[in-house]
Amino acid sequence: MKIIVCAKQVPDTNEVRIDPVKGTLIRDGVPSILNPDDANALEAALTIKDQNPDSTVSVISMGPPQACYMLRECLAMGADDAYLLSSRAFGGADTCATSTTLAAGIRKLGKFDIIFAGRQAIDGDTAQVGPQVAQRLGIPVVTYVQKIREFKDGTVVVERQLEDGFEVIEVKTPCMLTAVKELNNPRYMTIGRIEEAYTKEITIWNEDDVALKPESCGLKASPTQVFRSFTPPPKGKGEMLSGTIPEMAATLVKKLTEKHLL
Amino acid sequence: MIFSEKHELIRKLVRDFAEKEFTSDILDELDETGEFNWEMHRKMAAAGFMGTKIPKEYGGQGSDYLSYVIMIEELARISPVLSLYANTSNSLGGGPLLLAGNEGQLQKYLVPAAKGEKILVFALTEPGAGSDAGGTSTTAVVDGDYFVMNGRKTFISGAPMADYCIVFAKTDPSQKGARGISAFIVDMKLPGVSLGKDEKKMGILGYPTCDVILEDVRVHKSDLLGELNKGFANAMKTLDGGRLGVAAQSCGVAQACLDEAVKYAKERKQFGRRIADFQGISFMIADMATELAAAKELVYNAAVLKDKNSKEAAVACSIAKYFASEMCNRVAAKAVQIHGGYGYIKDYRVERLYRDARIMTIYEGTSQVQQMVIAASLLK
Repeated sequence: MKIIVCAKQVPDTNEVRIDPVKGTLIRDGVPSILNPDDANALEAALTIKDQNPDSTVSVISMGPPQACYMLRECLAMGADDAYLLSSRAFGGADTCATSTTLAAGIRKLGKFDIIFAGRQAIDGDTAQVGPQVAQRLGIPVVTYVQKIREFKDGTVVVERQLEDGFEVIEVKTPCMLTAVKELNNPRYMTIGRIEEAYTKEITIWNEDDVALKPESCGLKASPTQVFRSFTPPPKGKGEMLSGTIPEMAATLVKKLTEKHLL
Repeated sequence: MIFSEKHELIRKLVRDFAEKEFTSDILDELDETGEFNWEMHRKMAAAGFMGTKIPKEYGGQGSDYLSYVIMIEELARISPVLSLYANTSNSLGGGPLLLAGNEGQLQKYLVPAAKGEKILVFALTEPGAGSDAGGTSTTAVVDGDYFVMNGRKTFISGAPMADYCIVFAKTDPSQKGARGISAFIVDMKLPGVSLGKDEKKMGILGYPTCDVILEDVRVHKSDLLGELNKGFANAMKTLDGGRLGVAAQSCGVAQACLDEAVKYAKERKQFGRRIADFQGISFMIADMATELAAAKELVYNAAVLKDKNSKEAAVACSIAKYFASEMCNRVAAKAVQIHGGYGYIKDYRVERLYRDARIMTIYEGTSQVQQMVIAASLLK
């Protein structure tokens, strides 16, 4: 089986603070990491490879050259090869332009059976890129995959996480599956595979390599306009009601009516 | 030292592993029971820690001394004792085999040790031969295709779990001192091999240590390691690398002490302010950080010299071990001091770190032995 994993290098949002004046992320000195859901996506691919040793796992990303570090980490977890779409022309991309670029890279990789992506990246939290890539490639997508049940001839049966349970979906391959953290526990790298990862070449492609015109990628092809970003003010202290249950219910109804919420 | 991206990634792997896997429950259990944690041994083996600097063709990970010291430091930062789990196969256990083993011995003994499938330990010290390791009185006498071994080895770390033990014994009593000593690979299941009781140690609890007693143990000549009567040089070379491991371990322990001291100094309030705001405390922290930074540079530098196979490596390892282990004890003492009465209570991490630190200036050559090595290199 040929498996492709989409991965993104993101700032570790546990360490990120927001500039209270500008409303932007303060990225200085913040370590960059493999997006956590993407680690689950990669683990899913590697699990398949463990069971079917003739499978190959290729990781693809779009980002600045320093994203190679994250790709080395993917190789050190067990991926076979890694590709980075990197060019000034790709800069400033929203999800729409990002998915155009990733889809072009994936087309260049050739035939595949499954693409895994993380549900969403912790820096943007959009959850759009996976489905958009699937759309551009004309393949089915299942988002929020929490379990892979089985592979049948040309199909895969998965559980899709819902707020109050899950649904079971059988989907034809080739397809795109986006992973949630409940899908698995990503494995550790090993010291030996880190050594190997640094003997491998990471392929870097620009817009010419993936046959994209500069105007169809990056900022120029990004319809999203950020109107304003802000840090929500901390919520005020809540009000605790007291008394018997009927009294509290009556007070609650009164207060909600006053605020025209009822 | 400015590290390559590869070494940074190795640090990230080990740090993530230690922070996630070495839970306080596991660490408490190790300290309270003193028993070996096999599950942790297997997990660490799966991440490749047992064979970091052992070549791939012998079951290892094919990395270098610099990776090894980074690994030991990061493991020891969370758990000094669990850093030993990954140390033995890389260092005292695997070292003599890598130096002197023939192909058959490497395949038979090193490969499973590098993968963590078997435990291989090192037995040099005797009740009457500690710093004076050349004074070994264990004997091995030829009898046909076998050597018959008799003697007692003491303070053998990991012996209760060991499958194999590298034992140094006198093979030519006519030669004086460190000459006439040979190394053997002894299968711990051989008739005549027995163990003393587990020692009740001050620290590094959870990696049992005991005596190994040899009574008419028949070791096949194919298990003679290296040349007959020339085993002592092998032991000394192995100890260079071992010293580097202890130096790295000392840095990890000291880093943990510094981290705890900084955290506590910022939390604890006395006289209406944080104790960190008192110069008496803040200057102690400055001293701790400075000494630690210096020790790390010595350790990384010695590791790079080992990787380059430099002639200066042996002395550099002794210097690193001497300074880092003494530094570790000073830093641990200050960390307890900053914690005041709480630092004397087991609920606080520095109490255990202080006990763990104490061995650093003792095992794999005391500070005084390091001073002898360093001085001898200058004054010969």
